[in-house]
Amino acid sequence: MYPAKFDYVSPSTLEEALSILSASENAKVLSGGMSLIPLMKMRLVRPTTVVDISRIPGLDEITDEGDHISIGAMVRHADTAASPLVIEHAAALAQAAGATADIQVRNQGTTCGSIAHADLAADQPAAVLALGATMVVASLAGTREIAAADFFVDTLTSALTPEEILVKIKVPKGGKSAYVKLGRRGGSSDYPIAACAVWVDASNGTVSDARIAVTGVGSKPYLAAASAQAVVGTDGSGDAIAEAASHATDDIVVLEDLYGSVAYRSHLAGVYVQRALEEVLA
Amino acid sequence: MEISVSVNGTDHRSDVEPRTLLVHYLREDLGLTGTHIGCDTGYCGACTVIVDGRTVKACTMLAVQADGQSVQTIEGVANGDELHPVQEGFWECHGLQCGFCTPGMIMSSIALLDSNDDPTEEEIRHGIEGNLCRCTGYHNIVRSVQYAGARIRGEEPQGASQEVSS
Amino acid sequence: MSTTSVMGGIVRRKEDPALIQGKGMFVDDIKRSRELAVAFVRSPFAAATITSVDASAALELAGVHAVYTADDVRDLGLNPAQVAVGTLRPLLADGAVHHVGEAVAMVVADDRYVAQDAADLVYVEYEPGDVVIDLKEAFADTHQVHDGVSNTLLTWHGHAWWEGVVDLPDPSPGIQEAKERDDTVVVSLEMVNQRLLPTAIETRAVLADWNSGYGSVELWTSSQIPHAVAGAIGVMFGIPSNKVRVVAPEVGGGFGVKLNVYPDEALVCFASRELGRPVRWTETRREAGFSSTQGRGWIGTATITGTRDGKILGYELDAICDMGAYTQNLTVAVPLLGLFVAPGQYDIPTSYALHCVVTNTPTTDAYRGAGRPEAAYYLDRIIDTYAREIGMDPADVRKVNYWKPDQFPVNTAVGMTMDTGDYEMNLDALLDRVGYEDLKARRDAARAEGRLLGIGLSTYVEVCGFGPSALAGLGFSWAGYGLPAAFNGSGVVRVQADGTCTVTIGTGPSGQGHETTWAQIVADGLGIAMENIEVRHGDSLDSPMGTGTFGSRSIAVDGTATYEATKRVREKAATIAGHLLEAASEDIQFQDGGAHVAGSPDRSVSWAQIAESAYQPHTLPEGVEGGLESSVVFSPPNATWPFGSHMALVEVDPTTGDVDLLEYWATDDCGNVINPMIVDGQLHGGIAQGVAQALFEEAIYDDAGNLLTTSLIDYPLPAAGNLPMFSLDRTVTPTDVNALGVKGIGEAGTIGSAQTIVNAVVDALSHLGVRHIDMPLRPQRVWQAIEDGRK
Repeated sequence: MYPAKFDYVSPSTLEEALSILSASENAKVLSGGMSLIPLMKMRLVRPTTVVDISRIPGLDEITDEGDHISIGAMVRHADTAASPLVIEHAAALAQAAGATADIQVRNQGTTCGSIAHADLAADQPAAVLALGATMVVASLAGTREIAAADFFVDTLTSALTPEEILVKIKVPKGGKSAYVKLGRRGGSSDYPIAACAVWVDASNGTVSDARIAVTGVGSKPYLAAASAQAVVGTDGSGDAIAEAASHATDDIVVLEDLYGSVAYRSHLAGVYVQRALEEVLA
Repeated sequence: MEISVSVNGTDHRSDVEPRTLLVHYLREDLGLTGTHIGCDTGYCGACTVIVDGRTVKACTMLAVQADGQSVQTIEGVANGDELHPVQEGFWECHGLQCGFCTPGMIMSSIALLDSNDDPTEEEIRHGIEGNLCRCTGYHNIVRSVQYAGARIRGEEPQGASQEVSS
Repeated sequence: MSTTSVMGGIVRRKEDPALIQGKGMFVDDIKRSRELAVAFVRSPFAAATITSVDASAALELAGVHAVYTADDVRDLGLNPAQVAVGTLRPLLADGAVHHVGEAVAMVVADDRYVAQDAADLVYVEYEPGDVVIDLKEAFADTHQVHDGVSNTLLTWHGHAWWEGVVDLPDPSPGIQEAKERDDTVVVSLEMVNQRLLPTAIETRAVLADWNSGYGSVELWTSSQIPHAVAGAIGVMFGIPSNKVRVVAPEVGGGFGVKLNVYPDEALVCFASRELGRPVRWTETRREAGFSSTQGRGWIGTATITGTRDGKILGYELDAICDMGAYTQNLTVAVPLLGLFVAPGQYDIPTSYALHCVVTNTPTTDAYRGAGRPEAAYYLDRIIDTYAREIGMDPADVRKVNYWKPDQFPVNTAVGMTMDTGDYEMNLDALLDRVGYEDLKARRDAARAEGRLLGIGLSTYVEVCGFGPSALAGLGFSWAGYGLPAAFNGSGVVRVQADGTCTVTIGTGPSGQGHETTWAQIVADGLGIAMENIEVRHGDSLDSPMGTGTFGSRSIAVDGTATYEATKRVREKAATIAGHLLEAASEDIQFQDGGAHVAGSPDRSVSWAQIAESAYQPHTLPEGVEGGLESSVVFSPPNATWPFGSHMALVEVDPTTGDVDLLEYWATDDCGNVINPMIVDGQLHGGIAQGVAQALFEEAIYDDAGNLLTTSLIDYPLPAAGNLPMFSLDRTVTPTDVNALGVKGIGEAGTIGSAQTIVNAVVDALSHLGVRHIDMPLRPQRVWQAIEDGRK
């Protein structure tokens, strides 16, 4: 497991990084490397140029921007998980970051890197979907914003073009959120077999808004719109939650693998929608 | 390309290929073979080292990423002849059998106790989840970390003889 | 066996200071100047003929020294360390491949990165053929893995597995009669004991340095059997064994995966000879799924016929055992090891048929327990099912059928003789300690609240400490490997001229703590301090001829040899000390680093003084030879038969099927214990591996023969958070086949545990109509079983 040859650059400005990306035929952005380096070691990915963005100042910050918090491209999973700002305003993301892989990976890998990688079973994409986050994406052409709901296109495919870098995520404040999962080794250990992030805005006994995201079940992390609809306008009681759970895989092609059949994953999606909702509505 | 890395307090300037993994740089270029390789995918944790104060898996990091950083490996843990309390704990509590995962396990345990010197059993198990051991079933590793925690806190630790079945 | 502060005591391991400081030397840590590195080109097909190999582009790459194929190495012949049943594996695929990942070509280059670059440039053309992966399909023999050869290589029968030696009457007619009786029940289950990847955390690694000047080769290899490797290398290269030095330095876990002579061990020697430079290969984790052996892989139907009050009248197992595409060292012997313990701890008629069947997959061979976990699993699962069927407590059913202590030695239904045992005493010790009745009440109370708690019990007997060298007569002699020694053990004890002691043994550890345990044996015998005893091993030239570390055999065999050698050294030292102290040798006692006259501690000499005399023969009494060492080869009259009782408490999430292992208790009996800390450690790890089989691990192939679980992402070893603390205790029933009274403990934990977990989960779900779930009990399977049970 030895990567093929490549050129390595470690630019000190974002502009420099974007110029290299735009000029290279087959360049890859390296932040923490937790997804990219294993793929390169297996030679499933053979970039000609690796653009290490870790030395660009300012990308490793979590900041309070008033109505939202901003998480930079080099913020590691461990920092996302431990950030008082994230814990207070975006609990689902803190929990998902804390449930990602293991401590060493959380020390090295980045939240933005995990999202850009768009693995169908990653933890944090579900959280940003549920939280209604916005991806801020830069290229030489300028900066654009992509809603999380539009960001995840398919397995390992996001809305990012090869010339773009996900520079930060804007996570709106407000509401209440949670992330729960069943991992491959049982409990919350390991990759999710199925997992759910929910966000609700509930006050005075009524759920006024909700977003429910499921990961590990379909070809990409997705928003279960019908599930959310089922709780919005209700009092968030057991019946409403059960109704929401029953719609967890509406219009979704459920995938199967060594850890879960279609029937099991469909069942689990409902179970975890229910458990996540119970956690935020308790 | 040229990199400069501080390893166990010694500065090294080296010329490496960009594709050289940190673990190979440590083992092959610097001869620090205590950091081991047990898998390809950053899963087993045998290659765990501490970079700028945080544990990372050296098989999933390029040597060039460590340029300008400070790396601690198992060889830099003891203070001369004086073992680190975690090393002492592993020895006292039979926290190793074949010893192959041990360097990485010790590095993770040190990082765990640095952040919390009195972890619960569950916190210990969670804290070493990125390190796989095939020999011990983790039972005595947990006890080793408990032993080390007690030693660090200045309490009387429990060695192997306090538990072994009669 | 005496118990002193050393023998039977908890002693910190001598191995550890180096290992905890990163100073232990594993093969990949040993560096030679001018080393080259190897990468293999491997087949993407499970069955294909090779039509061409084009290495020209690879050879043009800077830093590439050679690319070798079967044509280059055919003169070496076949690796002789393969039991000649079925088709033997060539060193490199010769015209055809029979499993995915079979090595087709070997690239040698400046370093491992360049070697992989070059391997990517070797173009091999294949003509893919039909494959057989499914075991039942292979057994049906509609398509042969090897043209013209039946996929079923042989069938082991329990009553007649050794022509002329074990040839008992067929028990089947009697069992059939019992089935037809009115007062009997027949309980039957088809069960899979799934394939596993042994997964020592250190992958295999080899480094060869051929010196044409000396006409010799040195090979460092991560092996459990360095002597066998040396023998086979000598045979292949046509050089005497004393020109082959095979060294197994620190070995990072074995578990059976390092119990073969592998083609790569010969191939690096070949490349080193051809290129005149040291040559290294270190297996990657992904490669380990192809280039190392795998374990288990049985599917079989177990049947018990018994009365409604728990008397078993017949036990039958008919199973197909996956050999993989080629048989290697112990491939066909693994089922036989299971057969040895087929009737378990019970006095029951046993009909056993194990079909050894090839498939287009990598070779299977020993994995911790090797056949015995499989055998224990089938027997214990079906006993549990029988107990449930007749409404008896599973502990009581076992007691009805146990051999009783006064019956030992017993001759079992498969023609084996078991040394010593007291199974009921051992089970009762477990039940008392656990508080079995309270535990059952706790389970029932939880169930009343809708929680699914389950209790699993398993009791087992295993066979280890191999063993009588006469077993070699069965065809498993390693004489053909250039190693005319089988299943014996050896130990050399030498007191150095300065009074320190060197012990050299024929087996080496891969984590079992030989250096400590053996030092305890010698320290106890000679009164020399532990720190003054050095235990050496794992060097085919410097260590005495030994068989290797496997089958929980080292302490019973090589340990006993060392014990005997220690006794002889002590006797000679007593003669010398008696001479120096002007006392009778019978009055000499050894302790505290020297010898003294009994009753007169001040009349003493140190070991240094005794040794000084021993190495200056003119100072010795007449007729006493110089030197102070002894070498003993020991072949036990029988194997040993450890046993034990295990219990688990699990909770199942009824919604997801997630199994939580709450508690685990084990009471094992391995005879006398030299270092309880090490024995407990062996049990912890062994139990963890059995739990891992029950809950997590499986080597999975697709229909084309691709291994889908080549990484630890897809092959989930348990992490710390997946296991509980283990509550251990022991009973002590010494063996009478060796002077130490020791039986062996390396595999017991694994043999006793997988079925304990499955029994517990089935117990949690039995009221929902669940009778059995095949391992691994991943959440999906458990959920599916609950769903199916509800229908």
